[in-house]
Amino acid sequence: MTGPKIIFYILSASIVMFAILSLIDRRILRAAIYLLFVLVAMAGLYYMMNFQFLAATQLILYAGGIVVLIIFSILLTSQINSKLDPPKASHLLAGIFTAVVGIVLSAITILQYTFKPSQTPGIAVNMHTIGMELMDTGDQGYALPFEVISVLLLAVLVSTIFIARKTRT
Amino acid sequence: MNLSSEIPLNYMILLGTLVFFIGLVGVIIRRNLITMLMGIELMLNAVNINFAAFNHYLYPHRLEGHFFALFVIAIAAAEAAVAIALIINIYRKFGTVSVDDVDELKY
Repeated sequence: MTGPKIIFYILSASIVMFAILSLIDRRILRAAIYLLFVLVAMAGLYYMMNFQFLAATQLILYAGGIVVLIIFSILLTSQINSKLDPPKASHLLAGIFTAVVGIVLSAITILQYTFKPSQTPGIAVNMHTIGMELMDTGDQGYALPFEVISVLLLAVLVSTIFIARKTRT
Repeated sequence: MNLSSEIPLNYMILLGTLVFFIGLVGVIIRRNLITMLMGIELMLNAVNINFAAFNHYLYPHRLEGHFFALFVIAIAAAEAAVAIALIINIYRKFGTVSVDDVDELKY
């Protein structure tokens, strides 16, 4: 067992464990906190794969933004000690059936296939490369999606204010 | 650090599969809008793991998976913002966020 292996197993075990906990915990605020742990552990996984910028984005946007939004909306819509109703037996059966069948089928397929990792040397994923590719209009550039997503964010900003404003009556 | 000599790609994809189906079960068995949203976030994150892993293992000289994961994160943030605006509006109108009680489109 080497260092990266141990870290990978710890991270993936905590991801799966906290994901299941956030699924079965009936206190909704705790479920949100378990979701936060899942997201932080995933940032660690990205960091192991040399994607430091992606890890930082994950931490800032997910752990800092979305989880805080979710916690706000929990506090606005339910009592802090309120427990969710236990799921209906039919839903529980359907969910577990879907999960077991899906996981078994996918696991069989995945474990049968042997991937050949690429031997080409990787490029350095630093801020310079990321910035150049995001602004590049050429073959490997991402200027168009970058612009489209800025328009999308503007649309989301306007529509969210429109949806959530108080209607004057 | 290159992970390909340490951990096979299959394990990464298996992890993504597990998280995806946990999120799917969350969407199916939970009846609360906010917890269903959390299940959707889990599913989006599982996809991101796959994108990043494929990029790191199979195409380390390109950054396509990395950028796709970045755009997925941005769209997930937009989706969460709109969803929470809708949830708060629903709570104002109906007094609850359980999908079983929200059954009118027009009122």
